[in-house]
Amino acid sequence: MSGQSTYVPKNALAKWFEARLPIGGLMHSSFIAYPTPRNLNYMWTFGGILSFMLGAQILTGIVLAMHYTPESSLAFNSVEHIMRDVNGGWLLRYLHLNGASLFFAAAYIHTARGLYYGSYKSPREVLWLLGIIILLLMMATAFMGYVLPWGQMSFWGATVITNLFSAIPIVGDTIVTYLWGGYAVGNPTLNRFYSLHYLLPFVIAGVVALHVWALHVAGQNNPTGIDVKSSKDTVPFTPYATVKDALGLVVFLLVYCWFVFYEPNILGDADNYIQANPLKTPPHIVPEWYFLPFYAILRSMPDIFFIPAKLAGVMAMFGAILMLALVPWLDTSRVRSARFRPLYRPFFWVLILVCIGLGYIGAKEVTPGRIVVGQILTAYYYVHFLVILPLLGLIETPNDMPNSISESVLGGNATAVPAGAHAAPERKG
Amino acid sequence: MATGAVTAQGAGTQESVDQGKRDFLYIATAAFGAVGAVAAIAPFINQLAPDEETIAAGAPIEVDLAPIAEGQIMHVVWRSKPIFVRHLTQKEVEESKSADWHEMIDPAPEQARVKDGHDQWLVVIGICTHLGCIPLDKEGPYGGWKCPCHGSLYDPLGRVRHGPAPANLAVPPYAFLSDTKIRVG
Ligand code: HEM
Ligand code: FES
Repeated sequence: MSGQSTYVPKNALAKWFEARLPIGGLMHSSFIAYPTPRNLNYMWTFGGILSFMLGAQILTGIVLAMHYTPESSLAFNSVEHIMRDVNGGWLLRYLHLNGASLFFAAAYIHTARGLYYGSYKSPREVLWLLGIIILLLMMATAFMGYVLPWGQMSFWGATVITNLFSAIPIVGDTIVTYLWGGYAVGNPTLNRFYSLHYLLPFVIAGVVALHVWALHVAGQNNPTGIDVKSSKDTVPFTPYATVKDALGLVVFLLVYCWFVFYEPNILGDADNYIQANPLKTPPHIVPEWYFLPFYAILRSMPDIFFIPAKLAGVMAMFGAILMLALVPWLDTSRVRSARFRPLYRPFFWVLILVCIGLGYIGAKEVTPGRIVVGQILTAYYYVHFLVILPLLGLIETPNDMPNSISESVLGGNATAVPAGAHAAPERKG
Repeated sequence: MATGAVTAQGAGTQESVDQGKRDFLYIATAAFGAVGAVAAIAPFINQLAPDEETIAAGAPIEVDLAPIAEGQIMHVVWRSKPIFVRHLTQKEVEESKSADWHEMIDPAPEQARVKDGHDQWLVVIGICTHLGCIPLDKEGPYGGWKCPCHGSLYDPLGRVRHGPAPANLAVPPYAFLSDTKIRVG
């Protein structure tokens, strides 16, 4: 995707093909010869993990679709049928169910990594925005997937989330009716969600391709945030990054398998094993854990001047993601990595704690005390992006930075070591 | 020569292109294309709306009030929505009349919530006006409803007394056919 290829096809058939569609060269320059910064730490293995998880969700999903029935009176039983009657059906469903959770965990870590090391800064803004689009698409996909088993949480989660759109002035109610295809969430809703749940992962795959393309144009960032200056700063993707990514993936899969085989339902809600009842709302509605911080923001908003609380909540929730999209322009510091930003570093960790705090509030029932905590955390979230981030760049004095990536890894005698002669011991970020 | 004259003439006209006419043609073409695009998208949006079967299933229903004792609430379904039919007690009627409604979140006097001459009967759509959960009967300090989702509180007339819900429980279109029968829808 960038630079000219050094790929030389070995046999006549490959040569013939390469002359007509140079895909071998593309693969070779993107995943084998591709120069990666030599100091990447394990935070950089999540891109590969995310790609793997997308593939895993598509594979398990397509197999589930062979046994699932998207009809409101049959859907719940068809999922039970998958669990009890289909050979290995329980495994496939638990892989898909926990796969969604692990997928989000990886996406959040991947995003936090970007925030910490300043990976969103020039020239990687478009790369970053494509990532945010992927995150939004993942949210839409997971939300619609969660509706499919047609349990109580499926139904009432769908009701609450689709009703968000009724907050839009004037056209809100019409939009909601058009989302439902009826006067409430029902069979037409289930059908269209199923269709879109099948489609969106492939849209995600397309955006991932653009994301990787943009990555290979701009090059990878690295824990120092310093640009690659010479070939001494890099090592070839294969074997260095491939092996490291593989180890990261294996450890990640261990965690994934632990959930699937030991606690397959711990991340879920027991109420979703009760078939949807449109006339009875369960006593305590919570979304899946990966939506909790956003749910907390939604519930925290009071009336703001002429904006009613309901609309304010919806705006604040979508605004929380908009903040992430705007980070490249809100951060005024020219130093990328938090390693050299003594003030940004603690504020980054406070933001992480605030997000976890919001998640906690989102999981709990509403009490007046928790509403206040939720409001404070929501306010802080916005202050971080709109006030702290722009100001820090102006007042902060960055620490001394090494001259190059190789100097940061090898110390002052970088020149003495032949490039790529051995994998240098990385510094863990 | 004739051909030479034609060429010269052709070149001449090209220099004096009527830019206004060109702009008009561009705009007209683009506008025509845009209308065509909207017309092509329309059926894709339109199919999202409730279909004929769903609309037909949403026809009016009749509800017999005779079996509902004073103080009871009956739930019926109209257009896939729960309808709460509440037989208010004398005490609830008195209290609702005397409550100061001007300061409520969605101010509404008692008369606006019930039909003339039938002030013991309340008919509302049992869907929380916040985000659509179904409130629980006779819970909460006002003795009306309490929403399990985000804690909105309603009084016995379905008026919201505590947020986040922004509005009172909606009153569906309905009419008394006799003293003990109503038609909803
Ligand atoms: C981005 C990738 C995907 C994510 C994040 C995702 C997420 C989810 C979630 C959270 C559920 C609910 C599981 C439950 O509670 O039972 C679900 C169900 C389902 N998904 Fe996916 N999914 C993805 C891709 C796919 C694909 C590509 C298909 C292919 C058709 C698919 C088919 C299904 C089916 C049939 C169900 C219902 C069965 C069930 O509930 O176990 N999914 N999905
Ligand atoms: S849906 Fe009833 S309070 Fe939110």
